[in-house]
Amino acid sequence: MPALFRKILQTGLVTEPLGPAEAEIVQLVAQVDRQAQRLLGRALAIREVDAGSCNGCEIEITGLTGPVYDSERFGIQFVASPRHADLLLVTGPVTRNMEVPLRKTYEATPDPKLVVAVGDCAQTCGVFRGSYAVIGSVDKVIPVDVFVPGCPPEPADILRGILAALDRVSAQRA
Amino acid sequence: MTGYVFEMVQGVLALLLAPGLAGFVRWVKARLQNRRGAPPWQPYFELRKLFGKEVIVSSNASWLFRFAPYVIFASAIAVTLLVPLIAAPLPFDGMGDLLMVVYLLLLGTFFLALAGLDVGTAFGGMGASREMTVAAIAEPTIALAIFGLALGAGSTNLGRIVTQTLANPAVAVSPGRLLAFAALFIVTLAETGRLPVDNPATHLELTMIHEAMILEYSGRYLALIEWGAWLKLTIFFTLLANLFVPWGVATTFDPAALALAVASLIVKLAVLGVIIAVVETRVAKLRLFRVPELLGVSFVLALLAVTSSFLLK
Repeated sequence: MPALFRKILQTGLVTEPLGPAEAEIVQLVAQVDRQAQRLLGRALAIREVDAGSCNGCEIEITGLTGPVYDSERFGIQFVASPRHADLLLVTGPVTRNMEVPLRKTYEATPDPKLVVAVGDCAQTCGVFRGSYAVIGSVDKVIPVDVFVPGCPPEPADILRGILAALDRVSAQRA
Repeated sequence: MTGYVFEMVQGVLALLLAPGLAGFVRWVKARLQNRRGAPPWQPYFELRKLFGKEVIVSSNASWLFRFAPYVIFASAIAVTLLVPLIAAPLPFDGMGDLLMVVYLLLLGTFFLALAGLDVGTAFGGMGASREMTVAAIAEPTIALAIFGLALGAGSTNLGRIVTQTLANPAVAVSPGRLLAFAALFIVTLAETGRLPVDNPATHLELTMIHEAMILEYSGRYLALIEWGAWLKLTIFFTLLANLFVPWGVATTFDPAALALAVASLIVKLAVLGVIIAVVETRVAKLRLFRVPELLGVSFVLALLAVTSSFLLK
């Protein structure tokens, strides 16, 4: 037990400051309501929805809660139920099987709510475009506020995408 | 009259301190994970947000679902008026003693379990059955552990236990007291949903106890339940702090004593918060079927506490 706490003490803080992006890849596609931004600005609950992703994006999203990217310092936490959520983090092209669950999740989320679509697949279907199993991009099913392109995008960019929806960092407007 | 003012101050203080205490534990845990973490006042932002959000209620929900959050919150507030938070002989002491405190807390748990069952989701029912399993074993231990103290003080009245200990400081380190403290500490972990019994930070439904029951709640209902749970944490910490280490609790109703009582309460809660955070960093969650064994240990400790208090009386 002393060894564990000695190690904790020696390691110190490993959280890296979130600097400006090298290239602004985050795309803000909708005008987010000011009042919603004020309400959710300091405390945001995220529900992650995998609409048919290859899980590459999920691996990057897992990094958000780790010590290096630490999304909790921005007041962002992941929750287990859409009823608790303020923001849906959707990954992957929407498959036929996940269309209805995705729509139901959106309906189960109380207003005001935001949607951030993560990864190339969520925007363009990526390598899955044209597949019989895929019905299209995320914005075909539910309204999307922010796209974070990349295959997969870096955790820092996903974080910037979430913060862009809250108007806490700048983003490319489309 | 001043006694009732103290009661009001105490209730309001518990309401205001509870989110801060939960946030402080989270912050210490984040630092122990070498993360920056959210500031200790983060839960206040969460409450403000939840009160401003829409409420979505399942079409399968009955009146019970809407009613339960108020019962949970109200029963927690009622307990804060009976527990010696800052002052010892309180005017409400005559209305409820240790048994009242234990069963008011159980009332909240009972309604939470009913609300979990009400909507008919798989996880709600699972969480409710687990919560009742834990509560059924933990509840008698709380009563028994405090009974150990009551036996020494000659009264089940919490205020009297505090004043008796202040009058006779030697009993604070008697074996009965120490055993009762250990028993109540383990039960605190179980009843407030901390590791190793329940993980407050889990996202995996199958490992949940408390969270599983509130998955269907949103908006202000969720805010009330969360606030109630934080109040419960504050109440258990106060029982641990003020029944066993009562120094700082005001015995006279004057402003200087009040200020000292508030300051000492905050220090005691912070120390317990750090201890919980360290425990949660060190231990892993117990397998569900091992939980009764842990609670069995705490029950035996409480029983030994009562026996030793009785024999050494």
